[in-house]
Amino acid sequence: MPKYLLLKNYRGGPEPHHPCPPMDQWAPEDVEAHIAFQNHVSDLLEENGEYVDAQALTPARTWVRYGGPGAAPVTTDGPHPETSDLVAGWWMIDVESRERAVELAAYVSSEPGPGGEPLYEWIDVREVMWERPRTIDA
Amino acid sequence: MIDEPTQRLDEGALRALVPRVLAGLVRRGEDFDAAEDALQEALLEALRVWPEHPPRDPRAWLATVATRRLVDARRSEAARRRREETTYAEPRPAATEEGDDTLFLLFCCCHPDLAPASQVALTLRAVGGLTTGEIAEVFFVPEATMAQRISRAKRALAGPPVRRLDQPGDLAVVLRVLYLIYTSGHTGRVDVAGEAIRLARQLTLATEEPEARGLLALMLLNHARLPARLDSEGRIITLDQQNRGLWDTREIAEGVRVLQSALATQTEGRRPGRYQIEAAIAALHDDAACAEETDWPQILAWYDDLVALTDDPVRQDPAAVLGRAVAVGHVLGAAAGLRETDRLRDVLGDRHRWHAVRGHLYELGGDLPAAAMAYADAARRATNVAERDHLVRQAARAGAAPRSARRRPGADPRHGGPERRTA
Repeated sequence: MPKYLLLKNYRGGPEPHHPCPPMDQWAPEDVEAHIAFQNHVSDLLEENGEYVDAQALTPARTWVRYGGPGAAPVTTDGPHPETSDLVAGWWMIDVESRERAVELAAYVSSEPGPGGEPLYEWIDVREVMWERPRTIDA
Repeated sequence: MIDEPTQRLDEGALRALVPRVLAGLVRRGEDFDAAEDALQEALLEALRVWPEHPPRDPRAWLATVATRRLVDARRSEAARRRREETTYAEPRPAATEEGDDTLFLLFCCCHPDLAPASQVALTLRAVGGLTTGEIAEVFFVPEATMAQRISRAKRALAGPPVRRLDQPGDLAVVLRVLYLIYTSGHTGRVDVAGEAIRLARQLTLATEEPEARGLLALMLLNHARLPARLDSEGRIITLDQQNRGLWDTREIAEGVRVLQSALATQTEGRRPGRYQIEAAIAALHDDAACAEETDWPQILAWYDDLVALTDDPVRQDPAAVLGRAVAVGHVLGAAAGLRETDRLRDVLGDRHRWHAVRGHLYELGGDLPAAAMAYADAARRATNVAERDHLVRQAARAGAAPRSARRRPGADPRHGGPERRTA
């Protein structure tokens, strides 16, 4: 069974199919409905025996690199071009096939937005590499 | 799970009891789903209690505790729902021997209506006697997820039987599930590959079907090479580079013996099936004292048989065609092997293995720049960390070699080639 990450982004990705304002400008009931849907997705995955993990990330981002011998790490918080991807969170799923992962990603993307309309959000689907070597000669 | 028991608990022996006790409960008329749950609870209890208080009759102990759990479960259900218990399954056909029990339970767990992951999980629990936590660990999922997967699978089985469970096709599904379990891995705390071998051995006691013995032989002949497959850093060592002194000669001998007994049943109208053929190929590799002595013409002949099993091997069994291309490369030359892989471009062109084979064949033909590119293409498509790392190294090595170099100093040029198809 392959594992996939279904990544949600604060920004980045292809041109939005259905432009919409940031969530903090939505009507309160729309926010509630959106969050309820997120919880519902996790419940559904658990119920299906497909759930591995779900996490949300804060949007604050710090880039870090090696500073050189004896030097402190170099960090930068930005600014970054608004086009760069910024991961907001993910579900990790363990599913029968890639087709199933795509199906679930599309379902996630149908989450309610303003006015309860589907958000059509782009979901980034990434396969997780299997860590353990195979039993048979490769 | 068990920390330094005062008396060492033989977990293998305990697990071997599970299918017998379960079959006993089901034969008595208990519902498979409920009995399996009750026995899992009894198993957890045994793992907890037995190290301190080993039972005199382990099998009777398990059956008694599981029965108590069944009664408790029924009582609480009755109290809750205030209705009569009507959930007993149809009585199962009486099985008389332990071999029949194993076969019957395997048919239940590997029911064709279940998804492969459910078949694997249920088989490991109900026949293999593993705990839910252990199975979850094997597949890197949370225990709750695995528990849910198992109970869903059992719910799917609980309805009226969709069809009878003793069709000849069902054995093919059982074999496929056992092979899937075998390929799931061997490292970690639970040796699932060893578990698959144990189940296959039980299966060969329950059926005369030569393919069951073919599968057992295939696993043994492959498992024998396990100690040589990774170096101390966990890096993959391809077949031609392995230290053959590390191969398990006892397992090879058993594998060859089992394979021969299967092939002996062959008649004009009954040719060997795929597991026997793949075992024969594995046996030929195991038989070579060094990579140079590999009998590639014989291997190619077996691959010819393998691809002849399907009408349209390119679509129906591309992995066999790919394995055959390697053998063609070794017998008829790299160019001929590469031509064979061309036929698979549409089917396997986005898989890492197709590119890895081409890298191997380019290297065999002395075209190192093309080999380096093919290995790099393969590395980008790998879905396994160890294989990805291996392919990156292959690409780097082939790319670094001087253009004129046909051989790496002191080494055989044939490395990195897939020896055999994977699942």
